[in-house]
Amino acid sequence: MLLEGDRLEIRYGSVPAVRDLSFVVEQGEIVCFVGPNGAGKSTTMMTIAGVLRPTSGDIRFEDRSLVGLTAEDIAAKGISLVPEGRHIFGRLSVRENLLVASGLRGGLGRGAPALDRILTLFPVLRARFESAAGNLSGGEQQQLAIARALLTTPRLLIVDEPSLGLAPKFVELVMETLKSVRLAGTALLLVEQSMRRAIALADRIYLMRSGRVVAEGPAKDFEARTDLEHVYFGGTARR
Amino acid sequence: MNTIQLLVDAVSLGSDFALVALGIGVVFGVMRMINFAHGDLITIGAYALVVPTAADLAPPFIGAWPGLLLVLAITAIVTLVALATERFAFRPLRRREVNSATLLISSFAVSYLLQSIVLFVHTGRPKSVSIFASLTQQLEVGGIRVAWVHVVTILVTLVLLAAMVTFLRRVRAGVEMRAAAEDFMMARLLGVRADRVIAIAFGISGALAAAVSILFVSKTGVLDFRMGVPLAIAGFVGTVIGGMGSLVGAVLGGFFLGVASTLLQALLPEDLRPARDALLYGLVILVLWVRPQGLFVAGGAGERI
Repeated sequence: MLLEGDRLEIRYGSVPAVRDLSFVVEQGEIVCFVGPNGAGKSTTMMTIAGVLRPTSGDIRFEDRSLVGLTAEDIAAKGISLVPEGRHIFGRLSVRENLLVASGLRGGLGRGAPALDRILTLFPVLRARFESAAGNLSGGEQQQLAIARALLTTPRLLIVDEPSLGLAPKFVELVMETLKSVRLAGTALLLVEQSMRRAIALADRIYLMRSGRVVAEGPAKDFEARTDLEHVYFGGTARR
Repeated sequence: MNTIQLLVDAVSLGSDFALVALGIGVVFGVMRMINFAHGDLITIGAYALVVPTAADLAPPFIGAWPGLLLVLAITAIVTLVALATERFAFRPLRRREVNSATLLISSFAVSYLLQSIVLFVHTGRPKSVSIFASLTQQLEVGGIRVAWVHVVTILVTLVLLAAMVTFLRRVRAGVEMRAAAEDFMMARLLGVRADRVIAIAFGISGALAAAVSILFVSKTGVLDFRMGVPLAIAGFVGTVIGGMGSLVGAVLGGFFLGVASTLLQALLPEDLRPARDALLYGLVILVLWVRPQGLFVAGGAGERI
């Protein structure tokens, strides 16, 4: 087992955002957390990455607890989170954004083969290598955010809403890239609002609502259950 | 007073203030904390030049060492004190994720602690020390005479600013610092060590404070346990009018304040001179009225570090 969440409870102040949440991600697997806004998906991801702390429960990565470690410790252990909203360093150039991410692997010089592989995956970043990242389009910024995370050579890549705000052609590109990441042996944990996209991409799905998992299983099981979308999204089915 | 002499004086004081503002701005950039103890780091550096004694006359200690050794020793001492304040006063609070007001109060406490230690060891009477005495000589070019110390202050400031720019642009730790200043959480998610970035910022701010200690004492030759306070205030005001969180703005803001202060002192009618600082800080309030985001920040989108 690569990652395991065990009866997590996460609070914002006194309000529980996530309750009794258990999940697993196996080596090389793609797992999607699906659910409406406010279901606690992003909160869970931020907790795995060490930005937030659970009030109770445990998170284990390769059988070692992550609870109490700092975000940078967890990054060094091989978990990389692309948080919601991308958080690229807009005042830094594309190169400098990648330079910051290269620190865990000894810098861009030592990590030259990895950098080359990533720039081949995202040619637009090579073309705009010295531009300020803030001047990139939304789709380019999302590519940079994923490229940056990959440069830390994670064993688990977490992407919160990879397709949010992207034009359809970029959604396709990002999804293809994520699949290729899995082929290279990295496990993926994704947050999605769209059940359709989750089914297309994931091996397994956790459906969350109001801080709890309300359904889980192999992605293909959810195909037959389009009813779930209506049940848990209150009629306003998304795409 | 000759116009050029006056301008050199003004630029020299502006340079001092710019270095103070830069030291404060570096820490603010990564930690979002105004370090009120920054001025007292300058005081510590100045007092390290003399033998610690309660006597009225303090013989020079590090102040009597050869120039290069003096600079290295003072820089080492002030940098270590700056790192110690981070390690023991600010890091434990940061770990507990206290709010920024608590950090600010903590920096006040550190400021008074450092002042009180100097007061205890050296007493409150001002002392004198002479370092780099040859710098008080005049440089004469085409009938214009300016003190070497001003020329050296301006040159040292330019060198330090160039070194800072090089560090922030060319060195990975510098780029990490800019990343952390922009989005601290994201930098950590990419493996940037928070403690390390902040310690480096404090180290740099200590080294800059040491430079100000040496330049300022070369100019005045006077030690006082509160000597850092007006410098720090000038630095804070410089960072604020420059645009909070912009290093370039901080440098320009500090510079502007020093130049304005010297020019007011020279150009105001005799009777109004005692009101110089009242006028100066009144002007600051006016500037902030018109441009609350700071003078040198374009619509709040300026570079933070």
